[in-house]
Amino acid sequence: MKRTWISIVVIILVISLIACNKTQDDIMPVQEQNSPESIHSTQINTKMVYIPGGEYRPFYSADSNDVFVAPFLMDERPVTNQEFLEFVKANPQWRRSNVKRIYADSSYLKYWQGDLKLPQEALPDAPVTYIPWFAAKAFAESVGKRLPTLDEWEFLAMADQDTSNARTKKQYSDDIINLYLEKDRQYKAVKQSGPNYWGVYNMFDLIWEWTDDFNSVLIKSDSRVGEDDKGLFCAAGGATTAADILNYAAYMRFALRASIKANYNIANLGFRCAKDTIISPSQNQEL
Amino acid sequence: MKKHLIILAGAAMLFGMTSCKQVSKSGAKSSSNNGTYSQSMPSVDMVAEGEPQEAEVTAAPNVPAPVGDRGPKKWIVNLETTETQAEIADGKMYTFWTFNHTVPGSFIRVRVGDEVTLNLKNAENSVLPHNIDLHAVTGPGGGAAVTTSAPGQTTSFTFKALNPGLYVYHCAAPPVPMHIGNGMYGLILVEPEGGLPKVDREYYVMQGDFYTKVSATNPNLLEFDNDKAVAEQPDYVLFNGKKGSLLGNNMIEANVGETVRIFVGNGGPNLTSSFHVIGEIFDNVYLEGGSTISHNIQTTMIPAGGAAIVEFKCEVPGEFVLVDHSLSRAFNKGAIGKLVVRGDKNHTVFQENK
Repeated sequence: MKRTWISIVVIILVISLIACNKTQDDIMPVQEQNSPESIHSTQINTKMVYIPGGEYRPFYSADSNDVFVAPFLMDERPVTNQEFLEFVKANPQWRRSNVKRIYADSSYLKYWQGDLKLPQEALPDAPVTYIPWFAAKAFAESVGKRLPTLDEWEFLAMADQDTSNARTKKQYSDDIINLYLEKDRQYKAVKQSGPNYWGVYNMFDLIWEWTDDFNSVLIKSDSRVGEDDKGLFCAAGGATTAADILNYAAYMRFALRASIKANYNIANLGFRCAKDTIISPSQNQEL
Repeated sequence: MKKHLIILAGAAMLFGMTSCKQVSKSGAKSSSNNGTYSQSMPSVDMVAEGEPQEAEVTAAPNVPAPVGDRGPKKWIVNLETTETQAEIADGKMYTFWTFNHTVPGSFIRVRVGDEVTLNLKNAENSVLPHNIDLHAVTGPGGGAAVTTSAPGQTTSFTFKALNPGLYVYHCAAPPVPMHIGNGMYGLILVEPEGGLPKVDREYYVMQGDFYTKVSATNPNLLEFDNDKAVAEQPDYVLFNGKKGSLLGNNMIEANVGETVRIFVGNGGPNLTSSFHVIGEIFDNVYLEGGSTISHNIQTTMIPAGGAAIVEFKCEVPGEFVLVDHSLSRAFNKGAIGKLVVRGDKNHTVFQENK
């Protein structure tokens, strides 16, 4: 009798302990292939630019460790409405009426006039928006590419018109903020403004862009202050250089990334694609 | 054996319950001994009754109806963050960021023990994410940790108002000084049990410092200047987000013999206000918006991210000027407003000798 009681007590204790320890996991994009139907390839050949990569100091780095970015290819501009239309034509599972809610919330392609019709008055060569991370990833796969990593994107974002790393220039952040503050700029066509040092267009003046690991900053930010954007504020504010503390443009980007989930569809959030490379530009003139 | 165990368990339960009771008793005692407010029980133990209802919120200079002697309830507060253009001074437009389309944001009024579900919607055409840190909230980030809303998204959390007082709320999305500098702040009042004493008039005034430059894309538009903000050299120091918001037809009003209460907040982001009403003495000041009431105050300090409740009786008619008594701000940067008091003169209190 005694033994039964003791074992019951022990079982209850164990159960309650397990229940206590279970913490709510954040919804994270799953890295594996999720689509119930495989992705059909789309014939879209956006020009890509060779980026040699190198050492760089992430804005959000809590320990000031430099990160090495391997050479990669980056689309010279964001993916457009017309290109995304081609993608959903070839991939019916990504049409608005077919898409699964776990991949895209109800704002997916919000103002499209149907599964295969762009929003009224939308420019075909304006960047596509109201698309979730899952769809961006699927699109990239359909054109034989991938989404850029956050480090690749930010490495590229260090460049202004004249230099590969303009972070120490005071005007650099101010100029970007001027672009960021303008509303409804996502409706403009791509490549209407000048390229940066690498020959890449529209890094700042049209949209926010998905990156493959857009939410990794939450994991990397200071664990003392948790996962919220205040944590980002404290961690980044305390650890980066003085020049970066005034880099309000970067704060804005990281705040935006901290506010999104992989199935969100936002009015001014689009993407561009990247690709691994082992070749240098001299070997591949036609890039 | 079994009997023994049951008796033991019963005894343990009884013991646990009595010790709980003792804790809450002593808690009540200590809270009633503290400060001016008395409470029948710790606010954390108060039960909020009924189904959640949408709370009335108001734009400055108005405030919602007092809580009176009602018990704790459940409320829904809906706030929308927007990025919008409005006049800041002398016909000049500025890109403000707001809670509910106004600077300061909507005034929220609850009582101790209330349970408030705060829904924060970020307008679909916002460029940036926004969130809310309410200084009245006990919990991570004052709510900011769980309310960061991407453009077009809504976030929500529920909190229990534990401490009475007048509190600032603000956006805490990075870069925070920029979000606050653009006007993302407001006040939430948590009334004590039984409510604040009745007065005749209540108003909502909030100060903020503004750092401007001409927009790079629109010569007729002003926007936030980061350099001036870092240097803490504002172009404007304003009550209620606009030069003249409390002047001319917008003066706040009272009659002779009435008691006026002003809920004064300071959004900052940087300056501390020396709040003063020319020609009046504050009979009561709830220092820093808390429970200590001081009397016969000429000028009260209101820190950035802080507030105060000031009360005074209007004895004589006239125009009474609200200023930040760091006076260059009043004379040169807009920190000026007016209360007009109408009624019969009282020559015993004040008269001009000819």
